[in-house]
Amino acid sequence: MIPKNLRYATTHEWASLDGDVCTVGITQFAVEQLTDVVYVELKPVGTKLKPGERFGEIESVKAVSDLYAPVEGELIAVNDAVVKDPGAVSADPYTKGWIVKIKVAAGTKLDALLSPEQYEQQIATQGH
Amino acid sequence: MGQRTCLYDWHVAHDARMVDFGGWDMPVQYSTIIEEHTAVRTGCGLFDVSHMGRLSFGGPDTLALIQRIQTNNAATMKDMQARYGLVCNDQGGIRDDVLVYRWPYGFAMVVNASNREKIVGWIKETKGTLNVEMQDQTLTTCMIAVQGPKSAELVRGLTEADPTKLAYYYAAPTRYAGNNCAVSRTGYTGEDGFEFMVGARFGVQLWDELLKRGAKPCGLGARDTLRLEAAMPLYGHELSEDIDPYQAGLGWAVKLDKGDFRGKEALMRRQKDATARRRVGLELEGKRIAREGAKVRSCGQDVGTVTSGTFAPTLHKTIAMAYVEPSMAQPGTQCQVDIRGSEVTAKVVPLPFYKRSK
Repeated sequence: MIPKNLRYATTHEWASLDGDVCTVGITQFAVEQLTDVVYVELKPVGTKLKPGERFGEIESVKAVSDLYAPVEGELIAVNDAVVKDPGAVSADPYTKGWIVKIKVAAGTKLDALLSPEQYEQQIATQGH
Repeated sequence: MGQRTCLYDWHVAHDARMVDFGGWDMPVQYSTIIEEHTAVRTGCGLFDVSHMGRLSFGGPDTLALIQRIQTNNAATMKDMQARYGLVCNDQGGIRDDVLVYRWPYGFAMVVNASNREKIVGWIKETKGTLNVEMQDQTLTTCMIAVQGPKSAELVRGLTEADPTKLAYYYAAPTRYAGNNCAVSRTGYTGEDGFEFMVGARFGVQLWDELLKRGAKPCGLGARDTLRLEAAMPLYGHELSEDIDPYQAGLGWAVKLDKGDFRGKEALMRRQKDATARRRVGLELEGKRIAREGAKVRSCGQDVGTVTSGTFAPTLHKTIAMAYVEPSMAQPGTQCQVDIRGSEVTAKVVPLPFYKRSK
């Protein structure tokens, strides 16, 4: 259910590091909590981000949530497919529904983020 | 832990997401809000609305009490008719919006869940020496709404009195599976539909039978988007103790010529108040949703406040209801809505946003 190859923020973003590019999306749990996503707005490419800094917002019929950068770096790509059709995030949050790519400094690690086990524990206590 | 309806176990067993609503644990959705919303607009949806308060009145002075307690005229109601009215405080503010039913043997009233205790207290206080017996049947009965264009064919023959023979806003006391039941052609979605009230221990049986006939279970999430498209006010959002019926666009439910009732004096005054903010519909540009409390502006001035907003699944538009200055209330008027710090252009549109084709 929770991919083992990713790291997680307490604010329900996932992060995946490939060289110096970190791909970021939101988790299945977040998608289920939101449901009926109608709108995604993202900061422009080139924006410099610090960990915990807002890089956009995602809105559903029920509620709106900010999206927070899990790592420090520069926003180098946004997923136009999810901006055009926010339903793509709900349909496939871990692959096609990725949201942004952030370029990080060489040698950056994701150690500060939650492991899959830790994230699983967090959402277990939040319940559905 | 909130109060539970007789369908609570069913909701939980069917993976409904539960929320607190007016002190009750209620299902907000079973699948997705948009899917459930669409089922009601195109087919038939099923709602547990047992949290609504159900009060029953009998005794020689019942009509007199019903007349005193709410703003519409119950004296001109025919037997089996249902009518929308408002319970007002003595300043003319809205204490609740209610549905009054006239039976051959008395009256009934359906009130909002969150207001039930307040209204029961208010009725007792207003009753004085009138000879009326009031029964709160909320906990011993359940209420199920069947809503959507296919609901008539779906409920045909379900009760002894055929519900499909009912005219809009009429009701029948009848029997379901041999037990007392009331059915009315009423609802809160902007579609044709029916509401059933039966003893709490028959609730699951009735619910299951309606499911078997093809109705889709729907939660409060869809109920909210449906009523918003139909521009029906929701207590606690569009209606409050500080808002009078004229501001809310509900002056048609106030009959100042019917005799004395609570709030009448103040309402005679407030009816003439041309300066009070009034309820309007807004259509917003873009997809960001204006939530309750968002400020409405014109030329940098605050001219109103949003009370509810959503993405309208049937209309594919971003809509909201708001209270605005009278000068801003004309359909076509442009304004700005402050959504979390940035302004979005909106225009005033006529209500309702959605009206079903007959």
